[in-house]
Formats: sequence, C-alpha cells, structure tokens
Amino acid sequence: MSTTAPVGTGARPTIVLVGHGMVGQRFLEALAERGLTATHRVVVLCEEPRPAYDRVQLTSYFSGRTPEELSVTDLEFIAEHGIELHLGDPAETVDRAARKVTARSGLVVGYDTLVLATGSFPFVPPVPGKDAEGCFVYRTIEDLLAIEEYAKARATTGAVVGGGLLGLEAAGALKGLGLATHIVEFAPRLMPVQVDEGGGAALLRTIENMGLTVHTGTGTQEVVTGDDGAVTGMKLSDGSTVATDLVVFSAGVRPRDQLARDCGLTVGERGGISVDDQCRTVSDPRVFAIGECALASDGRVYGLVAPGYEMAETAATTIAAAATADATAAGDESALTGTAEAASFTGADLSTKLKLLGVDVASFGDAHGAAADCLDVVYADSRSGTYKKLVIGPGGELLGGILVGDADAYGTLRAFTGSVPPIAPEQLVLPAGAGAPVQLGPSSLPDEAIICSCHNVTKGAIRGAVTEHSYTTVPEVKKCTKAGTGCGSCVKVLGQLVTSELEASGVEVDKGLCGCFSQTREELYEIVLALRISSYQQLLDRYGREDARGGDGCEVCKPTVGSIVASLAPTIGAEGYVLGGEQAALQDTNDHFLANLQKNGSYSIVPRIPGGEITPEKLIVIGEVARDFGLYTKITGGQRIDMFGARVEQLPLIWARLVDAGFESGHAYGKSLRTVKSCVGQTWCRYGVQDSVRMAIDLELRYRGLRSPHKLKSAVSGCARECAEAQSKDFGIIATAAGWNLYVGGNGGATPRHADLLAQDLSDAELIRLIDRFLMFYIRTADRLERTSTWLERIPGGLDHVRDVVVDDSLGICEELESLMTAHVAAYRDEWAETINDPEKLSRFVSFVNAPDTPDPVVGFVPERDQIKPDLPLLTIGTRPLEGSAQR
Amino acid sequence: MTLAPETTTLTVQLRLAGPDDNWFAVCDLSVLIPGRGVAALLPDGRQVALFLDRTGRMYAIDNRDPFSGAAVLSRGLTGSHQGRPFVASPLLKQRFDLASGACLDDDAVRVTTYEVRAH
Repeated sequence: MSTTAPVGTGARPTIVLVGHGMVGQRFLEALAERGLTATHRVVVLCEEPRPAYDRVQLTSYFSGRTPEELSVTDLEFIAEHGIELHLGDPAETVDRAARKVTARSGLVVGYDTLVLATGSFPFVPPVPGKDAEGCFVYRTIEDLLAIEEYAKARATTGAVVGGGLLGLEAAGALKGLGLATHIVEFAPRLMPVQVDEGGGAALLRTIENMGLTVHTGTGTQEVVTGDDGAVTGMKLSDGSTVATDLVVFSAGVRPRDQLARDCGLTVGERGGISVDDQCRTVSDPRVFAIGECALASDGRVYGLVAPGYEMAETAATTIAAAATADATAAGDESALTGTAEAASFTGADLSTKLKLLGVDVASFGDAHGAAADCLDVVYADSRSGTYKKLVIGPGGELLGGILVGDADAYGTLRAFTGSVPPIAPEQLVLPAGAGAPVQLGPSSLPDEAIICSCHNVTKGAIRGAVTEHSYTTVPEVKKCTKAGTGCGSCVKVLGQLVTSELEASGVEVDKGLCGCFSQTREELYEIVLALRISSYQQLLDRYGREDARGGDGCEVCKPTVGSIVASLAPTIGAEGYVLGGEQAALQDTNDHFLANLQKNGSYSIVPRIPGGEITPEKLIVIGEVARDFGLYTKITGGQRIDMFGARVEQLPLIWARLVDAGFESGHAYGKSLRTVKSCVGQTWCRYGVQDSVRMAIDLELRYRGLRSPHKLKSAVSGCARECAEAQSKDFGIIATAAGWNLYVGGNGGATPRHADLLAQDLSDAELIRLIDRFLMFYIRTADRLERTSTWLERIPGGLDHVRDVVVDDSLGICEELESLMTAHVAAYRDEWAETINDPEKLSRFVSFVNAPDTPDPVVGFVPERDQIKPDLPLLTIGTRPLEGSAQR
Repeated sequence: MTLAPETTTLTVQLRLAGPDDNWFAVCDLSVLIPGRGVAALLPDGRQVALFLDRTGRMYAIDNRDPFSGAAVLSRGLTGSHQGRPFVASPLLKQRFDLASGACLDDDAVRVTTYEVRAH
C-alpha cells in the first residue's frame, strides 16, 4: 500500500470493511471487479444480523416484500470471493497505530486498509418523553419489525415526526398497518429539501385526501405518556396536542462517525468523517470512509445511495491503484493487471425520484432555482395534485426541476439537465393531450446523458451494450451495464432505449407471436374479441403474416388462438367445447385428450376435488378406480390425487366411473385454472378467522375451465398464518378479521415470487368481483405462456397499473371484464361428461384407428414400491439408436 | 380391415414394402380431422401416424417419437413452416417434416415416411 510493509509478511494484505449496508456491498463488488478479492484478504464487520439489504425500498416490507427479498447480497458472491463476513458483530474500537480493529465479540483483525461505511443513524430531537415505550425510529428491518409488532398489539393511531422523504415513507408504513396517521413537520411544507412551496402544496393536498393528517410549521415539544409509561400523545409547539399510541421519529439522519471520533480521525463540525477526493480520510491514508458517514471534499454529507455507490467505486479504484503501484515497486510484474486508473469523488447530483404514499415526487439539478438569473416554467393542477416546475438558465438551458404527482418525464428531463432541450420547456411539463404534442423520447438524448444515476451509466454505454455486445433484451443490457439494477427508476427509459437502438441498427424487433402472426397474443385477443372471429383459419388467412396465410399455422399459434377463443367462447358465439368443430385441431395434446400426457404415452387423471375437500365415500371411489385400472397414485402439491398410467382407450371408462360417483375429472393438465388449495380455516382451526374452505370451493367452481395464457393456481388461507401458501399463487387470498386480502402475481417453481397485495379487507362479493376483473385483464393482456408473476413485472406500470385498472377502473373496462367472466361462468360445461356421451368424440379415444381394441404395445409397466412405473426399455425396442443425438 | 364393397367412402391406404400394389387399408377418409393425426397399427407391429392438412393432402410417418421412444407423434400439433408441413411431438415439441421425415430441430434425426393415398 504505502511505505510500511504489510502486517505479517508473506500473508495477503488485508482490507477491513466496517459496515455492510448497500454502499458496503457495492464496495465489495467493486473490489471483486478489480481483482482485489483475489490478492487481498477481505474482512467485513457488520452490526446488523443480516447482510446488506435495500434500505431504499424498506417500506415495501409492508406491502409484502420479505427481508430476504430486500436483500442485495448474493451469498454466493461472498463465498466465491472468499470474503469473511461477520454479521451481528460491529467494530467497537480502531487502534490506528497498531492497525487493528476490535469487534464486539472480541475478534481482532489487523488491516492494511480500513474502509468505514458505517452509514448514519436517525436523529431524534431531544424532547421530553422521546424514549417512552411506543417511540421508534425508522432505519432498519429490525425497526420495522418492532413498529409492526407494537402497532398490531396496541396502536390505532400513529404519528411521524418529520415530513421529509423518510418521514413520508414511515407515514406510508403506518397507514399500511391500518393506523390513523399524523405527520408533524417543522418546516412550512412537506419535503422541504426537495420541493418548493407549490410542490409542497400539491403534495399536501394529495396526502390529506388519503386520510392522513398533516401538521406543518410546528415542532414536537413533548411526548406525553400514560400511567404505564407508554405513549398517549404529543404536545406541539403551536400549543395543540395530538393523541397517538405510537411515535416514529424520522426527522433526518446524522453520520455515524463515533468510531472515527474515538480513534482520532478528523470529523466535520456537524459530523461526518472528513475525506479527500479519493474518499481517503484526511487524517490517515490507510483509512477510507464512504457513504453516509463520510463528509465529502465539497463539505457535504450525502444521504442518497447513488453518491454512496460512487464513493464505493472511487475508494475501490484508489485502493486498486495503490496495490498496483506497490506490486510494481516490489518488482512483482505478474501482479500488474492493467494501468492504474484514477478516480475521484468531488460531489454528486442530488436528483431523486420517489413514490411516496403512492405519489410520484422527483427533484433534480438546481430544483430551487439558486442560480443567478434563472427563470421558472411552472404547471400546476391542484385538482389532480400535479405540480411541475422547470428551472431554466438565461441561455435557455435546463438547470433543474421539481415534479409532483406525475414524474414520468423525470428520466428524460434529468438527462437533459445542463443542456438546451430540443423543444420548448412548456411542452415538457404540460400533460399529454393538453397541447403537448411533442413527446421527448430518450432517443433525442446525447450519449453522455446519465440514464442510470445509481450506477452512473450513460446512454452511450447502453447503446454500446446493444450495438457492440449485440444484446437485444432489457435483462441482458441490465446485466451487462448494471443500469436499472439500483432503484429501478430508469428501467422504463432503458427499455425505450434498447428498442430504439435495435430498430436504429436495423434489427427488426419482431414482437409477433410466431412465424405465422406478426401480432402479439394481446393483439390477437383484441382482434378475436372485436371482430367476433371464432375460426382459426379465418384469423390466419385474414390477419396472419403474408407467407403464412392459407397454410396450416404452427404449434405455437394454434393452441394460443384455441385458448383465446375458448376464454371468449360465449361472448363471441364460438363453440365452447374444446373438442368441438375446428377447435379440436387447435388443442395441445393434453387438452385434446382431456388428460395429462406422460413420458411413455400414457396419461394421468386428476379428479377435481374443489378446495381439497373430499368425503370418505369419494376417497374410496378414487381408490377403487385406481385399483381396478391398475393406476399409480400420488398426492399432488395442489391437494389432489393424481392417477397415472391410463392408456388412451381407458380414459373414457375412467371418467365414466368418476362421473357416476359425482366427480368431474379436472383441468390439472391445461393452461387454465389448476387448483384452489385451502387450509381448514375457521370451522376447525383455533386460529382461523374466515371459512377458507368454502371460499376455495366457491372460487374453484367459479373459475374452473377458464382457459388462460398459462396455468393459474390459487389458494385461500383462513388466517395470517398462511398455511395454504396463498402468497405463492397467481391469485391468493388470506383471511382477515374484516374479510379477505387479495394477493396477486405469486409464483413457486423455478423463479419463486411472493405475491403482491392488491386489495385489503374485501367482502366475499368484492373479492370475487376483483378476481373476475384481475383474471380477465390478465387473459386479455398477457403474452403466451406468461405467468401472472412475469406479466405483472413486464407490463408498463406494473402492480400500480393493474390496481388502477381493476380496482379504480382507470380504463373504464371493468364492466366488460366482469361480463366476460359472467358469461364464462354461465357457459361452463363438464368436458369429460360431454365427451363420454358423444360417440363420435369417443371414437377418437383409441390407440389405433384401425384396431380400436388393441392397446399400444409400447405402453407397459413394471412394478415399483407396490405400484407401477413405466417400462422404459419398451420404449427403446424397435427404435434405431439416434446418431449424433444423445438422450434429450 | 375389410371394406364393404358397396361403400362410396374413400379409404385411406398405406403402401407397404413389397410389390408395387401392396396397399394397406387403414380407415375411412372421413375419420381424419384436418390438422390432427391418428395412429395405425401395421401387420408387422410398426405404428404409423397419419395426418390430413387443410387442403386435403395426407401424410404418413412413423408414430414413434425418436427422442422419447413413445408412440405419440400422431397426437402432436401440425403446422407449416416455409411451405413445408410438420408435426410437433407432443412430448418435447421437436418438429418433424411430414413429407421427408426430417427433424427440423436436429439434423441427425429422421423418421420413416410412408406413401399414403385415398382410394
């Protein structure tokens, strides 16, 4: 590193990182990228019990994101790079002379380089009662857990001290917990740092309309407690009082610099460890400070993640350069991995875009118009709570701005900061349809424009990912450039850039369903619905690609169109029976044989058991059927019994037995509703608060047979313990004391995703109406084979958009969605019963058209664990070995 | 299969190895649904998948899916790709050219084809 030899000659030099927050994790990644984790021992001391997580998105914990989902740490990364991560073991003292750090556990680590990334702590104003029971801060997952526990146990009202960015986040969380919420802000407006008076007024109106009570221009004088010492209210400096059971202090943060103070490092007058342009402390060249604990060379402490990331990169680059220089000095040429790059951090852009309490708030550049001779362009609409201000310099250049209520233009506007935009500023702030014909797309941005400010990625770098690295999708470009992997606010602009770049470089972005149709599935749905087209051939010949018309289509579009026609059948006047007419030729094999094809050409049957509730008599019937036909039986994950090994000619015989006993076979094979699971619920369970079984049965019977872009799974839990695992389902329902909470977009399988809360405390009728709308909107707009989880993440606006459409009816289509579902429910028919009563259809259920009584000789079985399994050697007899093609 | 001589319905026939006129009757043409297949059992135990396209043309290939060994190609979805008819295996979706038997997704794989006519 510098002039002194490393501690313990021969050993790898050691880098100790104190603090594992978002900036700390970014620093580790930056070390790894520069090869330093290979040449150095890296030790991390972390106070919190969990590795770095996304503090920016902390509030999303209350909308269902788990601490695990908030994590930004890939433990494989930590392991792969041999990083020694000590959780729950904060650094307590630093001995700079001996270059040693001592942790709380007594662990002592010597260092060659020490990096402090200790972050900040919440500032709690010194008012009487501030430490009473019921007072909290809002900083860590543990804080959230404590607030949640207290709120649920003993609070109906909550108050947040501080109406800034974090205060509004905290207020959103309290509101989400069902508390009547107050916000107390000392400044005359909310978010005083980011917005001006006009923006504050727009924000205030919108937040008050949500039912929150805002007290501005007044401070907290005292926290009042009851006889038991717990919070009962607050006295404000204007003489008023607020009754509240819980207080969250969110009045700003202060740098955590105590460790630095204790070891004699220079700190600023108002806190913060003083560092130079390289993020090296001004007191000790071996010690760095990055993130919110550092006082940058411009005299500021940055409380945003993007500048923190930039500091992490700067520190890592500086350490790498020093390591290279040391290696050169030691004559170790092999350690030279490249020319030492230089980096510096001299200040950062404070632009922010946030969604607070559902309101978009953004500010960028010189938001308050501090520059000399600057002018404002303002658009305000108090009715919609929209406020937009642009600050324009004397030369017409955009200096900064504030957007409240509608921040869609943030990405483009911020990127134009410092330059003269190609169109008049008033057109940039007017809402669409109000004289703003010009859309300023990201393609008009210069290459130097920063698109992702979290990772400092320019438009040029994103273009390069497409043109030089030939990436064609947003996920690939995100992976290559890191753009959009921070706060995610630039992903929309990123998508537009990738598309425009692909189009510009001549790559045709074909969004068509397949080689036969240039339309997407959604577009085909609209065509079928609007023009009442029930014939696949008609659709292909009229709307297919030129060279596909008159042809036979393909295995992609046939079942897709079959599914669209089936879900709209009653509305467009099509044959609702999947084996009827032309429809029969469109179905995938499972739908064609109404059962699930297995590897040797046999089928499995899963009788419908709505909600998973079954009588002993019916259980016996299933047992008898399986025994009589020699089927293998297995309990499924969806609370059903699967019977395997039926030959095609046995299917109608088995269905007949099931139908006689009051069963129908089930759609466990289709792109349709699979199962609605349930826990036993209130009827039996001592915790249950609603009858989850009855609801599951109702839902399964309502949505059975509904053809959709992909399979649909559901579950109903009778209480918040969630034994039915509803949050891993496409639509999951969890009982509350007041009704039902509806979660959507969950998934198990290879890419698990927890469902998002769509609406709370619904009555039975409200729940069903909302699910009707949600499912029909999904069926209408999803791509082929797109589960609700990926659909929800793909569609512009995501969950918020879906909520706007299906809850608030922003598109005015809810009535149509409901009537489509009503028609589907009314037209439902038992496809299996219908088939066994139709001799013509029955004749298709044979192994051989010319020998209907002969079973397929390839379908055979051998015993295993007292049941059967496919006789695999039979599958190879008489087939020639595949040349050049191993088992697939 | 025997065919009642008085019927006017056309019969689907497959040509088997041997003399030129060795045609094997399988079923009535009316049984076939455009866009779908049926399976037929040959006297020597082999299985054939028969298809009818929307123009009335018929195709016949071996019913065994060479990738899985299961006799299921007759249950696949048909289509046309650049003017050539194909069937996609219902198991793992590999496509086979109905006229040549060539697998469109793996050059090394091919299934037997049969001559077929309606007579």
